[in-house]
Amino acid sequence: MYPENFRYTKEHEWVRVDGDIGTMGITDHAQNELGDIVYVDLPKPGVKVSQGGTLGSVESVKAVSDIYAPVSGEILEINTALADAPEKVNGDPHGEAWFVKIKLSTPGEIDKLMSAADYQAYIGAEK
Amino acid sequence: MITKVRPHLSQNEPLLFERSSPGKHAYQLPELDVPAIDPRQALGAENVRAEIEGFPEVSEVEAIRHFTRLSTWNYAIDHGMYPLGSCTMKYNPRVNELVARIDGLAWAHPYQPETLAQGSMEIMARLEAALAEITGMDAVTLQPAAGAHGELTGILMMRALLEKRGNPRKKILIPDSAHGTNPASAVIAGYAVEHVPSNPAGGLDVGVLERIVDSDVAALMVTNPNTLGVFEQDILRVAGILHAKGALLYMDGANMNALMGIARPGDFGVDALHLNLHKTFSTPHGGGGPGAGPVAVKKELEPYLPVPRLKRSGKKWAWDYKRKRSIGRVRAFYGNFGVLVRALAYILAYGGPGLRNVTVDAVLNANYLRKKLEPYFDLPYKAPNMHEVVFSDERQAKHGVRTGEFAKRLIDYGFHPYTVSFPLIVHGALMIEPTETEGKRELDHFIEAMIGIAHEVETDPQTVLSAPHGTRTSRVDEVTAARKPVLRWK
Amino acid sequence: MLDACGVQSAEDLFSHLPSAVRLTRPLDLPAGISEYEIVEYFRQRAAENVNGHASFLGAGVYSHFRPVLVDTVVARGEFLTSYTPYQAEISQGTLTAIFEFQTMICQLTGMDVANASMYDGSTAVTEAAMMAARATGKGRILVARSLHPEYRQVLATYTRNQGMRVEEFGYLNDAGLLDAEDLEQKMDGLTAAVIVQSPNFFGLIDRIKEAADIAHRGGALLIVAFTESVSLGIIEPPAEADIVAGELQSFAISPSYGGPFAGIIATREKFVRQMPGRLVGQTVDTSGNRAFCLTLATREQHIRREKATSNICTNQALIALMATVFMTVYGKRGLRELAEQNLAKSHYLASKLKPRFCGKFFNEFVARAPGKPPDEINRALFKRKIIGGLPLGRFYPELADSMLLCATEMSRRADMDAVAEAFA
Repeated sequence: MYPENFRYTKEHEWVRVDGDIGTMGITDHAQNELGDIVYVDLPKPGVKVSQGGTLGSVESVKAVSDIYAPVSGEILEINTALADAPEKVNGDPHGEAWFVKIKLSTPGEIDKLMSAADYQAYIGAEK
Repeated sequence: MITKVRPHLSQNEPLLFERSSPGKHAYQLPELDVPAIDPRQALGAENVRAEIEGFPEVSEVEAIRHFTRLSTWNYAIDHGMYPLGSCTMKYNPRVNELVARIDGLAWAHPYQPETLAQGSMEIMARLEAALAEITGMDAVTLQPAAGAHGELTGILMMRALLEKRGNPRKKILIPDSAHGTNPASAVIAGYAVEHVPSNPAGGLDVGVLERIVDSDVAALMVTNPNTLGVFEQDILRVAGILHAKGALLYMDGANMNALMGIARPGDFGVDALHLNLHKTFSTPHGGGGPGAGPVAVKKELEPYLPVPRLKRSGKKWAWDYKRKRSIGRVRAFYGNFGVLVRALAYILAYGGPGLRNVTVDAVLNANYLRKKLEPYFDLPYKAPNMHEVVFSDERQAKHGVRTGEFAKRLIDYGFHPYTVSFPLIVHGALMIEPTETEGKRELDHFIEAMIGIAHEVETDPQTVLSAPHGTRTSRVDEVTAARKPVLRWK
Repeated sequence: MLDACGVQSAEDLFSHLPSAVRLTRPLDLPAGISEYEIVEYFRQRAAENVNGHASFLGAGVYSHFRPVLVDTVVARGEFLTSYTPYQAEISQGTLTAIFEFQTMICQLTGMDVANASMYDGSTAVTEAAMMAARATGKGRILVARSLHPEYRQVLATYTRNQGMRVEEFGYLNDAGLLDAEDLEQKMDGLTAAVIVQSPNFFGLIDRIKEAADIAHRGGALLIVAFTESVSLGIIEPPAEADIVAGELQSFAISPSYGGPFAGIIATREKFVRQMPGRLVGQTVDTSGNRAFCLTLATREQHIRREKATSNICTNQALIALMATVFMTVYGKRGLRELAEQNLAKSHYLASKLKPRFCGKFFNEFVARAPGKPPDEINRALFKRKIIGGLPLGRFYPELADSMLLCATEMSRRADMDAVAEAFA
C-alpha cells in the first residue's frame, strides 16, 4: 500500500525523490480520511516553498485541508489533470494523482521524513 | 407507532428556460403618454444591446404554475417543526407581512425629505429603544443587514474605540464552539483570530483566558448561551478579566431567544452584541434571507455607531450625519427597514411579559426534548441547557450511521433535520432547537420519530443510510456538483 | 412536560443562572397588543410618511410597478418560511429558483457565473473590491466619483483595516462621464481594481470600454457597478468587465425606506473560487434525476472560517426570488419594453429641462435652473403633491445648484409638465 521508495510526513504527504526533484502528493490514508476530494488548490510553478510550510489545499464537499511541503525548493510542475479530475486523488493517490514536482534546495531534509514502515506505524497509532 | 409521511402529489416542472416559447409574455404595460423614442438615438447605437439571449418567455398562468410547483418541493415552518439548532426557526406571524406592505411604509423612498418620513423614523426609534431594553444596552444601530454584518459592525466599533484609547491591538479571541461568521468578521476588521479551547464542560475556560488575555487582545467574541445551549456561568468573571486588561467583550446574540426577560447582556458585562431579528424576533427566513442584524452597545461605544443616527430635533426625528468618531456606513441607506417593521410588530404583539414567556417556553421545550431523548442518544456535555440541546451520534455511529445520515431519515417522518455536525467541539453533533412555537403534540411526534430512527439504526441501518425515501428528490449528489460545477442553465 | 423535566415550574429551569446576571424586574415594555391594534399602529405610522405623491427620486432606489404575481409567489409559506436550502432533498423549490436567478443574472450581465445574492448593491460592490484584491494579490482600489456616494462610503468602511487603499478619480465636468485621463494618471501596478458605475450616479451610460482598457493595461480588474437593473433590458452589458456588482431593487422590490434589497455579484468563470456568497449548482439525485444543491461551499465562513472569501451567511434569498419572478413576468420582450418606456419618459422630462451633462442617459439625469436652488424647486413641487429630485449638494458640493431627477414607467406626463413649470 505505502511504497517503500517514498518518504512520508506527519501531515500525510508523501514525496518521491529522483535526483534533485521531489514528486509529492497526499497519502491513501489522507484521501480516505478526507472523503470525496472535489478540488485541489496548487501553487504556480516558480513558487518557492519551505519544508512544513503551506503549499496548497485539498477540499472535500464540506472541509478544506491545507497541504504542507514535504521538502523545501521551487515548484517545477503541477499536475494540471487534477483541476478537471480531482477524483483521481481518491482513485490513485500515490500514482496518477501526484500534486507537484519540487526542485529540492536542501536534499538532506528528506532524512527527517518517515519511511513507509514508520508511517504505517504512525497512522496505526493515530487511530 | 411512529408515522412516516405518505407519498404526496408532486408534478414535474422544467426550468423556466425550457418552458419558454417565443412571443409568450405575462406582463402588460400601459400605453405611453409621451412620445416613444428610438433607443439607438437616445443611447447611441453602440450602447443598445441585442435581445437577451435565453431570457424566459412564458405566460402568466405558466409563471404562477412554475413557481407554485417549485414551492411544493420545499419544506417550511408552515409544514411542521424545523428543529435547526442555532437557527431559531419559529413561526412567522402573518400580520407582520401585512404591515410591512402598507403603502406609506413599503413605498417610502430613503431620500424623501425627513419631514415626510417621520412614520418610518418613529418605527426605527421605537425598535431601537425596545432592543436596548431587552438587551440592557445603551444604544442600538439598525443598519446591519444580517448577523455577520452586525458582527463586523460591532468589531469595527471596538477597533475604533481601542484606536482612540491609543492601540487597536492585534487579535480577537474566539471559542472553538463559535459560529464560523465570528472569525470571518474579525478578519475583515483587520484582526488575527486566536481560537480558545472550551473547558471540559463545553464552556469558556476562565483559567485559559486569565493566561492568554494580554495587551494584544482586542476582544473576546462569545455566544451566550453558547452553541451547546449552555449559559456561560462565569460570564461576569470573563468580562472582568477582559476589562481589567483593557479588552472588550463582544456577544454573538444568535441565542437571545434563551434570555429575553430573564437576563440581559448589558447586565453581565457585554460591551456590544448583535441580534438576529430573523431568529429571535420571528422575521421569516425566506429560504436564506433577508435578515437584520442590529447591534446594541454600551455608552462608551456609542460615538462609533454607523452613520446616520436618529436624533430628536424638536418634535421631529432627523438623521444625524455629523458624527466625527463614527466608523462610517456599513451599507447604503438605513437598514433592512421592511425586516425592522416585522420585528417591531412581533415585539408589540408579545409585549414585555410575552417576550419573557417566549423564552420560558423555548427553554422548557428544549429541556423536555433533552429528557425524552437522553436515554437514546449520547449527551457529551451534561450542564443544564437552555433553548437547545446538542447530542452526539456516538451510539449510532457504532452501527455505521452518522449524524448526517440520521438527519436525512427524519425527513421521511415529516420533519426538517436538526443542525448537523455543529458545534465543531461535538464530534458528530445533533443540535436541536425546538423554539417556543411547538406544542407538546408536535414535540412528542418528533421524539417518537427520533427514537424510532434510533431503533432503525440498530435493526435496519441500510434503510437509514439511504434515506430519504419519501421525497420527490432522493439523496442529492453534492460531490459531483462540487467537482464539475454547473452554476447556470445553458 | 414539567414532570418529565423534573421541575415544579418552568422557572426552575433558570435556577442555575448566577443570581448576579438575573433580571429582577419585568422588561420595561408595554403589554402585548392584538392583531387589529398592530395593524392600526403601523397604519398610523404610514400616515405620518408622505402618501400618494408623485415622486422623481431615484439615486439608487427606483419606483417601478410591482407585478401582482411577485407577492403572490413570495407570500407562499413554502418560500417565505423555509430556511437556507442546506438540506437539498427538501429544498428543491428554493434551489431551483436560485439556479434560475443565477442564470438570468448571467444572461443580463453577460457574465459566466452569478451568486445567490448579497445584502444590497453597496455591499456587493464592496465585496467585489475585496474579491479583486484576493484575485490579484494587490490592495489598491480606484473608484469613480460617479459611483453612488453611499456605496463609496461603505467601501471605505470595509477596506480601512484590510491593508487596502481606496482612491477616487473624477468625472468630466461637461459630459458627466468618467475622466479617463485622471484614471490613467492614477493607475499603477499596485491597483487591484477600477470601479465604475453604469448608468452612473448621474444616470449616464459610462465609458466602460475605456475604463477596461486602462484597468487591464495596468494589470487591474474592472468592476462595473449598477443601481438601476431595468437599464440592463436595453443597454449593452459590460462585456469587458471582470466583475459586475449591483442592486436589483428595480426588479419588483419595494423602496421600503431603503431595504431589504438584493445585491448581486457576477463574474468570469476563472474567478468563481474567489466569489463571496452562496452558489447553487446542478447535479443529480440517486435516481439520476436532475437536482440542485448549494455548492463550492468551501469558500464560505461556516467551513473556511477566518480564511473565508467573506463573512456573509444570511443573504437576501426571498428578495432575490422577487427579482426572479419579476424577470419571469416581464421576460425577454417585456424587460426591453419596460426599459424603452423608462427611456421615453425620462427623455420627455429632459426635453423640457436642460440636462446638466451632455452624456447619454437612461432614466435619470442631472438638471438645474438658473437662479433657483433645488430646495426651492422641490418646495414648489410639494405644494402640487410632487416629490422632486434629489438635491446633489449633500454629495457633490460642486453640484449644489443641481438635482438628480428620475422618471420611470410610473411617471405621469402631467406631473412631468409640472416639474418643467417649477424649473421655468
